Amino acid sequence: MTEIFGIPLQAFAGQLLLGLVNGSFYAMLSLGLAVIFGLLGIVNFAHGALYMVGAYVAWFSVEKWGLGYWGALVLAPVIVGALGVVIERTLLKHLYKLDPLYGLLLTFGLALIAEGLFRDQFGVSGQQVNVPEALQGATNLGFMVLPNYRAWVVVASLAVCLGTWFLIEKTRLGATLRAGTENPALVQAFGINVPRMVMFTYAGGAALAALAGVLAAPVIQVTPLMGSNLIIVVFAVVVIGGMGSILGSILTGLMLGLVEGLTKVFYPEASNIVVFVIMAIVLVIRPAGLFGKEK
Amino acid sequence: MVSTPTKNDAFQRKSVIAWGVLLALLAVAPFIGIYPVFMMKALCFAIFACAFNLLLGFTGLLSFGHAAFMGSAAYVTGWLVRSAGWTPELGIVAGTLVAALLGLVVGLIAIRRQGIYFAMITLAMAQMIYFVCLQAPFTGGEDGLQGVPRGKLFGLIPMADDLAMYFFVLAVFVAVFGLILRIVHSPYGQVLKAIRENEPRAISLGYDVDRYKLLAFVLSTGIAGLAGAMKTFVLGFATLSDVHWSLSGEVILMTLLGGMGSFAGPVLGAFTIIGLQDYLADRVGSWVTVIIGVIFVVCVIAFRRGFVGELIAWQKRRS
Repeated sequence: MTEIFGIPLQAFAGQLLLGLVNGSFYAMLSLGLAVIFGLLGIVNFAHGALYMVGAYVAWFSVEKWGLGYWGALVLAPVIVGALGVVIERTLLKHLYKLDPLYGLLLTFGLALIAEGLFRDQFGVSGQQVNVPEALQGATNLGFMVLPNYRAWVVVASLAVCLGTWFLIEKTRLGATLRAGTENPALVQAFGINVPRMVMFTYAGGAALAALAGVLAAPVIQVTPLMGSNLIIVVFAVVVIGGMGSILGSILTGLMLGLVEGLTKVFYPEASNIVVFVIMAIVLVIRPAGLFGKEK
Repeated sequence: MVSTPTKNDAFQRKSVIAWGVLLALLAVAPFIGIYPVFMMKALCFAIFACAFNLLLGFTGLLSFGHAAFMGSAAYVTGWLVRSAGWTPELGIVAGTLVAALLGLVVGLIAIRRQGIYFAMITLAMAQMIYFVCLQAPFTGGEDGLQGVPRGKLFGLIPMADDLAMYFFVLAVFVAVFGLILRIVHSPYGQVLKAIRENEPRAISLGYDVDRYKLLAFVLSTGIAGLAGAMKTFVLGFATLSDVHWSLSGEVILMTLLGGMGSFAGPVLGAFTIIGLQDYLADRVGSWVTVIIGVIFVVCVIAFRRGFVGELIAWQKRRS
């Protein structure tokens, strides 16, 4: 069997793929965080909780409601997006004139509420969501056996990320959004309903998080704690990438997923902390982040 | 943010009386039937919240990782006393120093960014410390470090007696409180306030802002470590929940609820939250998290000045 640095190629490629899968989730979540922060000036701690809710919608959809995985893929972003609308309208809109720290604290509170509610219902043990039939099995690529579902996760999240990038950077709607980030008062003066745009932006970011949750549900254990464990890593990803650029967020997310996968192969003990170590190094060398602009 | 009380004489006289009453209450608490271990635990968390408030309330830096410093000191002190046979006072000093040293390293990295990024970086660095504690051989992993003996303070006073322990904790609390008063009212503390109010202006006045912030961070993490070390003695164990991010969140809530930027606020906040958790723990299960979350949301939306801030505002309206 072929080996790379004494590691069987199959194991090596498997870990890399797992890293890429995790990287896709980092990319989708940090993308949503960046868009929300850009327009609302709020660092959405609840992003992890929204991702968790998305994964539970997948579980309900498959196990209880009989709508299956594909139904969840549509349903979860809609439900969580609607939840986002409610959160923005009732809570977040009171904070826009305040120090951004309050936004972080409020969404932290929301994350605690969501986590507590789900823990009360489901305990801390995980729920299993089965891989949909169409994506079961694996393809033999010669050098490795590629599980179809994992390939789907990477392809689907890349498509979603690039779609979001296209929407924001290349369409008229995106141009308005970017203008709103720069100068909301002026955009409002042009007759655009900025508060409504803000609301839909938050809902969109929430829907992205939910979508990531559905994609993640069959590859991980769905637990109430899955969101908060992930969101801290995503924060580190955001600090490394800098929140300035959309493509930057996507690239950083994927890259760090890969690095994490590699660490699992060569030095598993450090795989939990490697992202934080990289964050510290990046902060020392380039405080604004890899793709950030120094202000 | 809440500003410090005005120089209003009547108000100052009132607050001196209030402090006297509070101290007297703390001194007699174990004799009027209040469970001393609860009081000690609350006092440790009050020290922790005061340390945190030095950073958030008086310097304007939101650290989202303060549990890491409290928790690592708890582990270091616990291990040194239990496994290496150190005396309590040396263990406490060592724990405090380790927390301050960790604070120096994390602070050097975190002060490279401001505002919201500072919060995210401290959270991430604290999570790293959490994972180190989870995997390191001397922390006992998921079980934690159990059975730390209280020993004899200075080789003389047996601390196994709750009453002796209580007055030791109270003395440390009063000393820390005095230290923080002293820091905030010193010329150094005035510069910290200037940084909080307007950082670019402080820079243009020629202050090396980063050094001031770093020292504040190290002082705060050191005192947080002291709180953790004391807590290990009071309860006899150090566990992963001492370094977990949820505790970092709780100390923010204590400070916010009590009133950030005031001296009494974090103490009131710590007693409220610890009391609430103690009361709810056996009654509602996972709902404790929900209730803490709801208090967070309510505080941010409608109660940003906290107990003390509201009290000061009410006093001002009356006069």
